[in-house]
Amino acid sequence: MSDTNTGKQTALVYAECAEGSLRRVALEALGAARLLVGDGGSVHAVVVGGGASAAAALQTAAAELAARGAEVVHVVDDPALAGFAPEAYAAAIGAAVAAVQPSIIVLGHTAAGRELAPRVAAAVSGGHIADVTAVDVAAGGGAAAIFTRPLYAGKAFEQRRFLPGAPQVITVRPNNLPVAEPVAPGSEGTVAALAYSAPPLWTIVRDVVRKASGRIDLAEADIIVSGGRGVRSADGFAPLEELAAVVGGAVGASRGACDAGYCDYSLQIGQTGKTVTPKLYIACGISGAIQHLAGMSQSRVIVAINKDPEAPIFGVADYGIVGDLFEVVPLLTEQFRALLGNPGS
Amino acid sequence: MQLVVLIKQTFDTEEKIELVNGTASEQNVKFIINPYDEYALEEALRLREAHGGTVTVVSCGPDRTVEALRTALAMGADEAVLLSADGLQGDDGYAVGAALAKVVEQLKPDLLLAGLFAVDRGAGSVALQIAERLGLPQAAAALKVEVKDAGAGGGADGKSLSPSGASWAGGGVKQVAVVERDTEWGAQTVEVPLPALITAQQGLNEPRYPSLPGIMKAKKKPLKQISASELGLAADDLAPRTERVALQGPPVRAAGRKLAGTPQEQAAQLADLLQREAKLF
Ligand SMILES: Cc1cc2nc3c(=O)[nH]c(=O)nc-3n(C[C@H](O)[C@H](O)[C@H](O)COP(=O)(O)OP(=O)(O)OC[C@H]3O[C@@H](n4cnc5c(N)ncnc54)[C@H](O)[C@@H]3O)c2cc1C
Repeated sequence: MSDTNTGKQTALVYAECAEGSLRRVALEALGAARLLVGDGGSVHAVVVGGGASAAAALQTAAAELAARGAEVVHVVDDPALAGFAPEAYAAAIGAAVAAVQPSIIVLGHTAAGRELAPRVAAAVSGGHIADVTAVDVAAGGGAAAIFTRPLYAGKAFEQRRFLPGAPQVITVRPNNLPVAEPVAPGSEGTVAALAYSAPPLWTIVRDVVRKASGRIDLAEADIIVSGGRGVRSADGFAPLEELAAVVGGAVGASRGACDAGYCDYSLQIGQTGKTVTPKLYIACGISGAIQHLAGMSQSRVIVAINKDPEAPIFGVADYGIVGDLFEVVPLLTEQFRALLGNPGS
Repeated sequence: MQLVVLIKQTFDTEEKIELVNGTASEQNVKFIINPYDEYALEEALRLREAHGGTVTVVSCGPDRTVEALRTALAMGADEAVLLSADGLQGDDGYAVGAALAKVVEQLKPDLLLAGLFAVDRGAGSVALQIAERLGLPQAAAALKVEVKDAGAGGGADGKSLSPSGASWAGGGVKQVAVVERDTEWGAQTVEVPLPALITAQQGLNEPRYPSLPGIMKAKKKPLKQISASELGLAADDLAPRTERVALQGPPVRAAGRKLAGTPQEQAAQLADLLQREAKLF
C-alpha cells in the first residue's frame, strides 16, 4: 500500500461500462481519483467485461480513460464476466488491486458499484464511504481528505474521513462530481491486459425479464419528470413520458403512484426509493410527503404542478403551477417542442 | 431451513432530523424496523412457512434496539440476537460487519437475508461485507425468491454452479435460490447456491403486521444479548476505518414563486423562466 497520509498516492478506479460504453459516472470517479491523489500521485483504472462483442468496447473505454488521466488502464476481458456475476467482477477488481496496490479505490455508487464496493472493502480490510456527493482535499489527500455524503436520503449531510492507515474505498454518486478532463495530447496513459482467472462461479444469470434498455437511468438523468397519485392510472403517465422524451429526461414517481400500481417500484424516488439530484425535477401530481422530499430536494431546479395550492411540494419548488397536470403538462410539452426544435430562437 | 435476517432499527421515515450538539437528536423520535429489513423478514417468514425451519433475527445497535427485535419476534421470528453497539463505532460498516459476521457464522444459516440498505445511513454496505467475510454468494435487490433443490450440475436446471464458500456449506450444492432482482438494466433472474445472502428490494412482498397473539408470544421468545468482546475477534477487526467529522442539516430551500395566468400562459412562462432565468435550456 502506498502511504496514506503523505507521499505518493495511488488510486484505482473501477470504470463501469453499460451496454458496451463507458458510463459517465466512471469519468466522475476518475475525476475524484485524480483530485484525491493530487499532482504527484497516480491513477490507474480497470475496465471489466466479457463475451462476444466485449473486446472492442473495452478498448474504446480504456482509450477514453487513458486520455483523461488514467496512467494505466487495466483491461480484464473474460467469458466469466459476460453477465454480472458479482463474485467474478469483485475478483477482477481484486486482481487489479493486487497489481496496483492502491491506497484508494473509487467506484460509482450505481447498482453494480454498490454490490461490489463492500466486498472490495472487506477483502482489503478497508473502510467504505458510500454515496459520496463532494470531495474536499483542501487539507490534503489520503486520511486528510473529507467526503460529504447524505444521511436519511438527504434530510442531513455528514462529512467523513478515513482513519490513518486504512485502505480506502469510496463510491461516488452519479451526477455530483465533475468528470475528469482530457490530459494534454502526448501525456495519455497506457492500456494493458490484466491476467485474470475466474473464481468459482456462484451466479447463473438466467435471463433479463424486463429490459430497461434505452431508458435514461434516474440516478444519472439531468431532467426528471415525476408523477404521483395525481396521474390517476398507468395511462396517466403518458403525458409525462411525452414531456420527458421531448426534454431528454427520465420518468420517476412517488411511492403513492407505485403503491397504486401505476408504475414499477424501480421508478420510486424518496427515502425508501432512489435519491436523485438532477438539474431539473418536475413533480406532477405529487403532494410532497417528507419521504419524497428527502429523495429529490437536492435537485438544482424544482418545478411543481399540483391542483392543490396548499400542497407541501410548493414549499421546495422554485416554480409552481397550481393547476391540472393533464392540462398543464401537454402545454408544457408543446412549449419545449417549439423551444428545442428551434435552437436559433 | 436455518434463516437469519439482519435488521436495523432506524428513525421513522416521517421524522425530521433535528441537530443538537452536532448529532441527530433522538428526543421524541419514533423508531421503526428499517423498511427494507421488514421485507427481508417477511420473506424469511414465508420461506419458513414453505420449507420449515427457524427464523433468527440479528441486529447490532444500542439498547433501544430490543424494541425492534421484539416487533420482529411478534411478526413471527423464532429467536433474536442483539449485538450491543457498545465499543463498536456503529456508523462504520467495517467493525459492525466484522462483528456481525461472527454472529452469523455461529448461526450457520442456509439463507442470510437483509434489506437492500438502511434508510438512515443509506450505504448498503454491512450485509455485503459480511457476505465477503463468510464466502457467501449474493443476490441483491430481490423482487422474488424461490428455494429449489439443486440439479445435477449444481444449478436447478442442469447448468453448472460452484458450491457456496461458507465454511458450514458441506460439500456440493444442495439447494439454490432462484431470485428475480431489480437492476439498473432491468429485472433479471439469477440462481445462487445456498448458503447465500439475499437483500430485499421494495416490491418483494407486503410485510405482515404483528398480531395480538404474536405480540404476547414474542415476550417469551428467546432474545439473546451479546457484546462484541465475547466474539473472540482481534482488536484490528473491531477498529473502525472511517470517522465522522461533521454533520449538517440540508441546505434550506426557500419556496419559489407560483406562476399566474391561464394554463397556456403559465406553461409559456415556465418554459421561458427555465431557459432564461434557470439557464437550463
Ligand atoms: C415507511 C414509509 C416510506 C415511504 N417512502 C416514500 C418514498 O421513498 N417516496 C415517496 O414518494 N413516498 C414515500 N412514502 C409515502 C409518503 O408518505 C406519501 O404517502 C407519498 O409520497 C404520497 O404520494 P403522492 O404525493 O403521489 O400522493 P398524494 O399524497 O395522494 O398526493 C397526490 C397529489 O396529487 C395532486 N393531484 C391530484 N390530481 C391532480 C391533477 N389532476 N393535477 C395536478 N395535481 C393533482 C393532489 O393535489 C395531491 O397533492 C413512504 C411512506 C412510508 C410510511
